[in-house]
Amino acid sequence: MSAQQVLFDAPGPKAKRNILIGNIVGVLFIVGLLAWLITALAGQGQLTAAKWTPFLETRTWQFFLLPGLWDTLRAAGVAIVTSVVLGLLLGIGRLSHFLPIRWLAGVIVEFFRAVPVLLMMIFLWLAIGAASIMRPQDIPFIAVVTALTLYNGSVIAELVRSGVEGLPKGQREAGMAIGMTRGQSLRSIEVPQALTAMLPALVSQFVVILKDSALGYIITYTELLQNARRLGVGEGNLLQALLIAAVIFIIINFALSSLANRLSKLLSFRTAGPARKDPEQKVAAAVPAG
Amino acid sequence: MRTTRYGALAMAAAAALALSACGGGGGEEGAEEGGGEAGAESVRIGIKFDQPGLGFDEGGSYSGFDVDVARYVAGELGYSEDQIEWVEAPSANRENLLSNEQVDMIFATYSITDTRKETVDFAGPYFIAGQDLLVPVDSDITGPEDLDGRNLCSVTGSTSAQRVKDEYAEGVNLIEQPGYAECVSLMSGGQIDAVTTDDIILAGLAAQEANQGQFKVVGNPFSEEKYGVGLTKGSELCSDINAAIEKMIEEGAWEEALANNLEGVDYEPNAELNPPTPDDCA
Amino acid sequence: MDSFLSLFEQYDVAAAFWVNIQLTFWAAIWSLLLGTLLALFRISPIASLQWFGATYVNIFRNTPLTIIIAFGVLALFGQLSVSLSSDFNLNFFRLAILGLSLYHAAFVCEAIRSGVNTVPLGQAEAARAIGLSFLPAARLVILPQAFRGAIAPLGNVLIALTKNSTVAAAGSVAESAGLMKTMIEFRSDMVIPIFFTFAFGFVLIVIPIGLLTTWASKKLAVSR
Repeated sequence: MSAQQVLFDAPGPKAKRNILIGNIVGVLFIVGLLAWLITALAGQGQLTAAKWTPFLETRTWQFFLLPGLWDTLRAAGVAIVTSVVLGLLLGIGRLSHFLPIRWLAGVIVEFFRAVPVLLMMIFLWLAIGAASIMRPQDIPFIAVVTALTLYNGSVIAELVRSGVEGLPKGQREAGMAIGMTRGQSLRSIEVPQALTAMLPALVSQFVVILKDSALGYIITYTELLQNARRLGVGEGNLLQALLIAAVIFIIINFALSSLANRLSKLLSFRTAGPARKDPEQKVAAAVPAG
Repeated sequence: MRTTRYGALAMAAAAALALSACGGGGGEEGAEEGGGEAGAESVRIGIKFDQPGLGFDEGGSYSGFDVDVARYVAGELGYSEDQIEWVEAPSANRENLLSNEQVDMIFATYSITDTRKETVDFAGPYFIAGQDLLVPVDSDITGPEDLDGRNLCSVTGSTSAQRVKDEYAEGVNLIEQPGYAECVSLMSGGQIDAVTTDDIILAGLAAQEANQGQFKVVGNPFSEEKYGVGLTKGSELCSDINAAIEKMIEEGAWEEALANNLEGVDYEPNAELNPPTPDDCA
Repeated sequence: MDSFLSLFEQYDVAAAFWVNIQLTFWAAIWSLLLGTLLALFRISPIASLQWFGATYVNIFRNTPLTIIIAFGVLALFGQLSVSLSSDFNLNFFRLAILGLSLYHAAFVCEAIRSGVNTVPLGQAEAARAIGLSFLPAARLVILPQAFRGAIAPLGNVLIALTKNSTVAAAGSVAESAGLMKTMIEFRSDMVIPIFFTFAFGFVLIVIPIGLLTTWASKKLAVSR
């Protein structure tokens, strides 16, 4: 049922009046909520110019927000690539005909999908720090990227698997028929098509990666949220700085989500499998962490 | 077609690696050993990056009392300003940084304790702080005993808040936040009555431009925290550092650093104990 | 091994997990209620409510949960004096539940909408044909089927919620992620056993939820 208009008739005079009343009540409700928020914040002196003017200075952007954004994008960008690579390996592993590999990939995927990303980040941060294997200033970055990769790689492995399983049987059979081995057919026929089918879900997963990189602030990674906090300490406008950080996150993620929507429409006829935006349909736990 | 696709993936992976490599800050690999004698290329000093008044990253440059003492000591050891590589030393990582020889010295509100002495060496102390309370200027709180039924903020895992609860005011409400910035923000909103940690850290928070005139340090410290210079176990730098600290105090640079960083706050460090005499090196 | 076991005498791991379970339980109920309401908004004939539902989902789905939790403490409690309980600690516990509920309601809403999409057009047409208006049609015909179609995605939201309850550590709630951090800081010689204890705790909670929802979604699926 996709056309939601079927849920109700074309409104008659009485329904039109009801809808109008509904609209007015709805708008009043929204306006009321906003008004309460604004007056309450103003009453606490949170809307004074002094709290907001720092965001008009170049220094704020040059030394805090933009470097933070860069670190967020850097961690997310690297994690996206490594997650896709790990996801492909694990996904193909789960489809392998060799039982121990299938079993091993399965255990890895199930384990890392069940462990909270935050728990993994804290562990890696403290464990790498104790193990003395890299420069201290690199540790938070590595911990963030590794934790994101292990979790999202496992989720992407499930996307790949369900993508391949969602393909019509004929695709593999055609591969076999022209003399390909199972592995060749996987690599050359099935996985590329599954990837196309799964691209929208993949992009949705990138939103998750970007958002989760914000957990890095708990382990002192200097991403956007962390830098916004540091800015807020200096200027005494923590709340405003966090709000600006939130808005930046929303804009980037909204753009990515819109891209996912477009891709799912665009790609639905470029593959033999179904192009889905929702990773959830077949894949457990492909939803959002922090 | 197929090869292009996997080739593109490989290129993306390579690009990602390059991205992660270039972000490290481009710092030179410093002196290999914790010994870091004069003449070596650079010295790696661990400081706080988020503690205004003590060690604070002002967007590319660093300020604070810890930082000033570190600069002076490094200067006495023969390192010029641009030979110092500043490294963030969050509380949880300080022992690790030292025992793995990833920094040469740590000036990061690092209290000398017997447990810590088992894994690291200390020079100094260069300052003696005490756990105290930060309250709004018009508050009637004069010490930890007054906190029964009040709301007290500290960072997660703080010993100071636990001590208040165990020894002074059983009925205190504790709230734990990720950082002191959150605590100060909550206090200026009027929801909490006091923030607790070492007095000099509190003074640093109150000295922030945005907080000027809003808060005061109670001045009734209920512990003694000797801030030392953290060194790797067996380091030979200890006596040189102590000499540098003594010289800094003698020359008046110590006093000056303290005044500069805590300007405009009603706060006097415990005068009986400060300036301190460094302990003998082990 | 002995020193490993002594950790459990010193730190109450079970209590910390119990906090996560309680957070999850209450946030699951509230986000289900709020999410259903938002889904109703989004399929309703009233434009302002549609707009509100869509805007809500776009904002909350795209904001990191840590920021939402931080706003709960710093803005709602810190500036607006919102108090959800006269008990000081319970107040933060409830603020964390509020933050978790607001965030996950956006995902619940989307899950239910995907469930609504599984209901055939004919069902809505039939409901209208027998004279049901929007609310009765939604309540009696559409939503019951939509929920059954949405069990799998709702289960995923529940799993995500269980794991995300660790983020409440940022909101002055003493739960397992915070305890793990403290334990590792004080016993850095036991990093790995401590991590695996907590990790397996979550595996033990999450995997049954996954199995249960998969089973339920098959069992309750509307056969078409």
